[in-house]
Amino acid sequence: MIVIFGVFLLTLLVITAIAIVRTENLFVAVMLQGIASLFIAGNFFLLDAADVALTEAAIGAGISTVLFLSALALTSERERSKSSNKMLSFTVVAVAALVLIYATFDKPRFGDPNAPVQTHVAPWYLEKTPEYIDIPNVVTAVLGSYRGYDTLGEVLVVFTAGIGVLFLLGSGAPLGSLPQEKINEGLRHHLIPRVVGRVLIPFILLFGLYVQFHGEYGPGGGFQAGAIIAAAIILFALLEGEQRALSVIPARVLLGLVAFGPLLYLAVGIAGIVLGGNFLDYSVLSSDSVTGQQLGILLIEAGVGITVTGVLLSIFHAFAARGR
Amino acid sequence: MSMLLDILSWVLLTLGGLSILIGGIGALRMPDLYTRMHAASVTDSMGAILVLVGIMLQAGLTLATIKLIAILLFLLISSPTSSNTLASAALLAGTRPFEEAHQSDDEGKE
Amino acid sequence: MEILGLYYYWVFAILLMVGLYAVIAKRNLVKKLIGLTLFQSAVFLLYITMGKVDDGTAPIFSVTGSNIFSNPLPQVLILTAIVVGISTTALGLGIVVRLKEEYGTIEENEIQEIDER
Repeated sequence: MIVIFGVFLLTLLVITAIAIVRTENLFVAVMLQGIASLFIAGNFFLLDAADVALTEAAIGAGISTVLFLSALALTSERERSKSSNKMLSFTVVAVAALVLIYATFDKPRFGDPNAPVQTHVAPWYLEKTPEYIDIPNVVTAVLGSYRGYDTLGEVLVVFTAGIGVLFLLGSGAPLGSLPQEKINEGLRHHLIPRVVGRVLIPFILLFGLYVQFHGEYGPGGGFQAGAIIAAAIILFALLEGEQRALSVIPARVLLGLVAFGPLLYLAVGIAGIVLGGNFLDYSVLSSDSVTGQQLGILLIEAGVGITVTGVLLSIFHAFAARGR
Repeated sequence: MSMLLDILSWVLLTLGGLSILIGGIGALRMPDLYTRMHAASVTDSMGAILVLVGIMLQAGLTLATIKLIAILLFLLISSPTSSNTLASAALLAGTRPFEEAHQSDDEGKE
Repeated sequence: MEILGLYYYWVFAILLMVGLYAVIAKRNLVKKLIGLTLFQSAVFLLYITMGKVDDGTAPIFSVTGSNIFSNPLPQVLILTAIVVGISTTALGLGIVVRLKEEYGTIEENEIQEIDER
């Protein structure tokens, strides 16, 4: 019955989405998109997807808003031209929407335990995880071990996006090479955000580490933790100025993180081959196959977290350094 | 005893919901940015405290209550800071506070 | 009860089409990217809605608790998809910033005019 609350959230979501499309001020559109991400994260939580809700809130509402705002600071803030072919686009979109709505009448009943998606592979995962891997969070078990190869591909996608943005925008100049008047002061002269930020940043980092290492026992894991730790350091960069943030964590260290994450993941995979099993076979990593699986998942989640942190920070610094 | 806790939770949650509603109406009806933020900050502090304490009464003395206290503390520290930063940014960008009432007073005197 | 489930799927269809309208009808490149993000979010909503089981909880074993879990498989797929989505958005925004520097505008019709000259 609690899902009825989801109906309320979904209606607000549709209203927000229509407002995003209709507004001309891009700043407003980006803020509304952050709010829409939070509505969707709330809905994910109501639909029992705790991991996904955490990821959507951290990445969709947090990092995505920061990236859009950094890009808006470098481009214009208002949308200048009118839409092209409004009637034609609207007709196409309306026809497609009606076809989709007609198709939804054929879907299995919402929440039906006998729907095809619930009876195919999922019961095997839910049944065998205590036996093969023995960690409480089945989503992490599937992500890290059963479907570990997909997660490797996804880490490489994040890596590619990072080096793509670095190719396009560069990584910013180090602290000593700029004249004094061009150094960004951030919010250093505003007392309240600076003090409160300095109090909060250690706790945000601690929470990020908690989420990273508790991915096996509750909602969490590498992606969420990477986003949270990157958010903490982005907060530091906003408060202290971007050059000081680059002197605290230099660009070389960030590049090292970006490269080290996928390498760690691949090293765990190759260790599986070297020790006698298949690629990304964690059972051979330790004498007991269940412990080996847990060790493998811990290591690759660390690799994922390091990659996501490094890439998101590199992308932020690339955008922030561009305006100078 | 649990009946008393339930009634207290109901009262707190309803009051919290009411204050959030008042904050929302204020944010829509107020004339300019600074007064709107003043209205929305009611949601931040009073609504958050009432709703979270109401949920804490339902959770009892478990780990969940400690997590809720941590969330409440974080909200109470970060929300007013972000309102302050937003108002500073608006002031730096040149947004003027609402001044028509002041001018009509002057015109009435003359 | 059936209308409740159907409502979720209808909102998915509407959100998908709103995002698609922003991509095809708007001329501003950043607005197109925001529409693309909305489109992706609608697809995530569809997958997670399909995974829900009546009276189920999150697929995390706990010491006390029910035996009915929602399907973990769509959640794994969407977890990956969210991060891939932000990667694509970041790369797209990088390209938009470079386009602004080269052409001086991020409106698609003005860029085409400058190209044709």
